[in-house]
Amino acid sequence: MRQQIPLLITFIVGTLLIVSVFIPPFGDLETTFNIWFDIIAVFAFFLGGGNLLRVHINKLRKRKRDWGFSIVTILGFSVMLIAGLFKIGNPGDIASAVDAPGSLFYDIFNSVQYPLSATMYSLLAFFVASASYRAFRAKNREATLLLIAAFIILLGRTPFGVMLTGWIPDSTSLLQIPNLAIWIMNSPNLAGQRAIMIGIGLGVISMSLRLILGIERSYLGGDK
Amino acid sequence: MAHLGVIISMLVIFGGLAWLLFRSIKGREVERRVIFVFIFVAVAAPILFPITFEEHASPVVKGLFDHIDTLPPGSRVLISFDYDPAMAPEVQPMANAISFHCLDRGHKVVFMSLWATGQTLLFNTLEDVIRPEFPDLIDGVDFISTGYKAGNEGVLNVIVSDFKKMFPTDVNGVPLDSVPIFDEINSCADFDLIVALGGGRPGPKEWVLFVGDPADVPIGVGVAAVVAPQLYPYYPRQIIGMLGGVKGAAEYESELAHRHERFKNMAQPGLKMMGPQTLAHIVIICFIVIGNVAFFRSRRRKGN
Repeated sequence: MRQQIPLLITFIVGTLLIVSVFIPPFGDLETTFNIWFDIIAVFAFFLGGGNLLRVHINKLRKRKRDWGFSIVTILGFSVMLIAGLFKIGNPGDIASAVDAPGSLFYDIFNSVQYPLSATMYSLLAFFVASASYRAFRAKNREATLLLIAAFIILLGRTPFGVMLTGWIPDSTSLLQIPNLAIWIMNSPNLAGQRAIMIGIGLGVISMSLRLILGIERSYLGGDK
Repeated sequence: MAHLGVIISMLVIFGGLAWLLFRSIKGREVERRVIFVFIFVAVAAPILFPITFEEHASPVVKGLFDHIDTLPPGSRVLISFDYDPAMAPEVQPMANAISFHCLDRGHKVVFMSLWATGQTLLFNTLEDVIRPEFPDLIDGVDFISTGYKAGNEGVLNVIVSDFKKMFPTDVNGVPLDSVPIFDEINSCADFDLIVALGGGRPGPKEWVLFVGDPADVPIGVGVAAVVAPQLYPYYPRQIIGMLGGVKGAAEYESELAHRHERFKNMAQPGLKMMGPQTLAHIVIICFIVIGNVAFFRSRRRKGN
């Protein structure tokens, strides 16, 4: 019974959603289901927040490894939650946005989260440089092709590409580095991306059918 | 002083790289920490001593720019801020430039977000660009922010046929039925252009799949550089134009400054960031060369 009911729900909902796309009178069903989905999605925020707190409080209580970071997590979560819930410093009324300019939430976001997130992401520049040094080596034909493509794209994304090959006449403008970079993006890259997308699309269709027909049951928690 | 700083930093970077190349000819590898130092100097030097380059819009950027420029004033444009602070240094300059361009052309702009973090970044654009540059424009008449809505693709699936069903009010709780900008907007099909800014999921790709194609609305996108290659299959039929990374933002700003006198005096972060990006790319290229020299030297030694 614990397996049959979820399987039945999946079958009915999946079939109805497919029908709603192809048969116009059922079109409204799609909107209704989407609104239901959004309502459920909102509850995921509560679950996510609750789970985050539970995990870190447990870690703190049991003094597990790196428990100090859990204090930072709980503190950060609580401060943002309080700033948002009580709309501290918010210049608007009760209906105004949680993060309205002037509010504590807005200030913390712009002064703490923004620079921290941007810094973490920008660290990639260091790792990309180190990885490029080690990975882009002309070890064989395929690696050499990758190396040449990387060279052209890297130069094509800077004004130096124009400076280096700007003198090439218009009749052979494809040989200018920025145009070569565009060609790589528009031809070999596009062909590869389309092939991947079509493959993913076919995979999604087959997986969806397996779910709707009850063949794929791993989402129920195994075949017990 | 700035020129002196540029010259000194160039000497340090390229002198150091020449020394590393000399070492690599002897077959010696470069340590990871040395690469980190060079990248740091390459990024920091153009920030401390600004270097700017002239940019020209590529066809893929021009596609979006020209579309916004040629739409008749009063056209309805939807701009979605679907990104977080990590992507903001790349995407926020695009968001600011496109928002400025749309409002300067007299279009009616609706702002929204599918990412919780996008709403605050949207407020930044409103505070930094729209209110100071367009003090006469009225919220609810010339532009409006509907803010963030949870639900990812589910939100798109609903607003494609009924916008107010998912967004009954604006970000300040004002019912959309009472604002003039929404008098003639019922669904996404009523927009003349949708600009999706982001790079994650949901993002520009979802806008194409769930809104652009079903509602037959042109979509323009602005994305982080790493995402741009994945969107080329949709260009130019489903995506009319695309801004990819800092380079895309710089090209758009450059085009905007060429054609709109007013934008020349505004902040152009995309163009400013091209200095560090260019130098970092050149340093990476040099390291690839150095790596290959060291590789071939060591292979030859092993062969001997």
